[in-house]
Amino acid sequence: MAETKIMLGNEAFARGAWEAGVKVSSAYPGTPSTEISENLAKYGDVYCEWAPNEKVAAEVAIGASIVGARSMCAMKMVGLNVAADPLYSFSYIGANGGLVAVVADDPGIYSSQNEQDTRMIGRAAQIPVIEPSDSQEAKDFIKFAFQMSEDYDTPVIIRSTTRLSHSQGPVVLEDRAVPEDRPYEKNIQKNVMMPAMAKKRHVAVEERMNRLSEDSCTFPINKATYDDTSIGFITNGIAYQYVKEACPHASVLKLGLVNPLPRKLIEEFASKVDKLYIFEELEPVIEEQVKSWGISCIGKDLFTRQGEYSANMLREKLLGEKIDVHPAEDIPPRPPILCPGCPHRSVFYAIHRLKLHVTGDIGCYTLGALSPLDAMDTTVCMGSSISSLHGIEKAKGKDYVKNWVAVIGDSTFMHTGVNSLMNMAYNQATGTVIIMDNSTTAMTGHQDNPATGKTLMGETVPMIDMEKLCRSMGIKNVTKIDAFDQEGLVKLLRQETQKEELSVIITQAPCALLKTVKFPYVCVEDREKCKKCGACLKPGCPAMAQNEDKTISIDPTMCNGCGLCMELCHFDAILKKER
Amino acid sequence: MVTKNIMIVGVGGQGTLLTSRILGGIITDAGYMVKLSEVHGMAQRGGSVVTFVRYGDNVAEPIVEEGQADILIAFERLEALRYCHFLKEGGALVVNDQRINPISVVTGQRQYPEHIMEDLEKDYRVFQIKAQEEALKLGNSKVFNVIVLGLAAQHMDFPKEKWLEVIEKKVPAKLADLNKKAFLVGYESGK
Repeated sequence: MAETKIMLGNEAFARGAWEAGVKVSSAYPGTPSTEISENLAKYGDVYCEWAPNEKVAAEVAIGASIVGARSMCAMKMVGLNVAADPLYSFSYIGANGGLVAVVADDPGIYSSQNEQDTRMIGRAAQIPVIEPSDSQEAKDFIKFAFQMSEDYDTPVIIRSTTRLSHSQGPVVLEDRAVPEDRPYEKNIQKNVMMPAMAKKRHVAVEERMNRLSEDSCTFPINKATYDDTSIGFITNGIAYQYVKEACPHASVLKLGLVNPLPRKLIEEFASKVDKLYIFEELEPVIEEQVKSWGISCIGKDLFTRQGEYSANMLREKLLGEKIDVHPAEDIPPRPPILCPGCPHRSVFYAIHRLKLHVTGDIGCYTLGALSPLDAMDTTVCMGSSISSLHGIEKAKGKDYVKNWVAVIGDSTFMHTGVNSLMNMAYNQATGTVIIMDNSTTAMTGHQDNPATGKTLMGETVPMIDMEKLCRSMGIKNVTKIDAFDQEGLVKLLRQETQKEELSVIITQAPCALLKTVKFPYVCVEDREKCKKCGACLKPGCPAMAQNEDKTISIDPTMCNGCGLCMELCHFDAILKKER
Repeated sequence: MVTKNIMIVGVGGQGTLLTSRILGGIITDAGYMVKLSEVHGMAQRGGSVVTFVRYGDNVAEPIVEEGQADILIAFERLEALRYCHFLKEGGALVVNDQRINPISVVTGQRQYPEHIMEDLEKDYRVFQIKAQEEALKLGNSKVFNVIVLGLAAQHMDFPKEKWLEVIEKKVPAKLADLNKKAFLVGYESGK
């Protein structure tokens, strides 16, 4: 009997790609997509890598596809924006070896900057989009996607969501079957996108999408189930599970291919049910198309464009059931925070003390925006801290940015920050850029990057020397400093921000959660000496608390002994002790 | 059987994921269909975290919704208060009586609510343990989550031996004995 295993959606994507014989995988980590590549790498017989960003990852997969191998790239939905350029054009070229881009959306914005819907990009780029609704389908549909990619000469996007990627469910395992690489023949009419060729390929793309719309009416991943025909749902992805839970007897058209839509199948389904609901998270992608065909249906008038859906939503809005619950009122929220011993806290506290304005970036350190550090003015997207600071200087002048810094992590700097810094160097900017080097991509759970000296496959490789990289751009002021040197940081920041030149400060200390980081010390309070001034509490370390008499106490099980509190105490009331 | 709904709530970093993996293991071994839903990424950094576990003959949605939980396992008492309305009438509230200050409390902007356990006991069937203290007695403060799981296990229909078997499988070999001991501390305290 085939083995069944409980798998995370992301684990199942990896399994499916492995079974489908994928040969090359490239990705940049991003919640909720990261575990796809991590799990695929564990099989050991697929080439897997972390690329510096999603555009590079997509282009790596494209190269492998063009010469006939099955390839994939994985990313979170905002990463798809970065990878959009190659994918839009590769849609015209089409796939030789099957190419699948797994893209994970984040309805409810658990760990992202926005709530964009990947299906919209699929439509815009004319790339088919497939959407599974549980772990088993994650595995089955990605295999289907590889085959479809080759059969229809197209890249395929698999759309996941946080709830699917990070839910576990049973998956029936099958063996890996690696197809022969498809032959590669030089064909500039198909593979070189210049105007003359692209015009012809646009015709082919339209023909392909029309053919898919027809053929997909009989695809097994699109499935109509008729029961009570007074209510019919068209639904996709995880939303299907909520329909099944709340309305088990309704008729359902479950769409596995959400772009292009199987028009005839939808028309048939609509004609057989009395009242048609479109139940799709985020944007009314299905609804608007169905309505444009003159079919009446109810969608976003009833169900929100925001956040995740649920079965309770259907029970309340459709079945009129009241969900009578009483949450406790007015309790302190618990937002995520920088960990005890986090080097970012020290850097942000120095910035906080100098009351500097900050263009921020994407990573754990975005948490520096929150109280009590309050050390961020803007966060837009990967790499934008540096380029935005440049724009601020060009708009307001050199004096204006003496009160500003850009803050970016090592992995984000490698991702796209490096381009922005090149721009500053090239265009003779004034400004101070802080690269917070914690030797990892921390937020997504510690992935390596070109500056860490390790690869996804576990090899040790030369690491990019960020100091030399900055100097090679012609930047004169490049300083490395220990991230926990609080007084040194304040002094250095004062000095560099006043220069009418470009300065880069690289703050160094590894992420406190890295397994290689040892904590030989623990900070211990001396209540006799404590003057109750609260200076040590200001950076907001979660290992610390104020007692009723206003003295402080440090939780030894949480403290990582970074010593920032000790450095801030003027009364020697905190000591570092060996564990 | 009717689908059973379990929630595990706590503070990011407390090990909710390990607990849900042990739970997933025992449920699968018993032959039920199980779905679990977890939180990764930013919320794991000291934020409030939730894991859903649902099992039965056939499970569709992977989340437990408000008013549906049979068992709510809370690793911290403020988090018990935050999510207690997810319990259904008569559901069991298993609480590790530990306090972890949210940052607004550390910096003095907010007060940590007093008398949480007493307030919860007015409205819910509460089963509590000071698992941190018990874990320290075993010589490793990290196993507190398995102690809490042991207490929660009293409200599920799996035999003790099965639990120990699954723990053996799910934790690294050198920590297996410690985790089994921890489980039993919680389990026996709930009798």
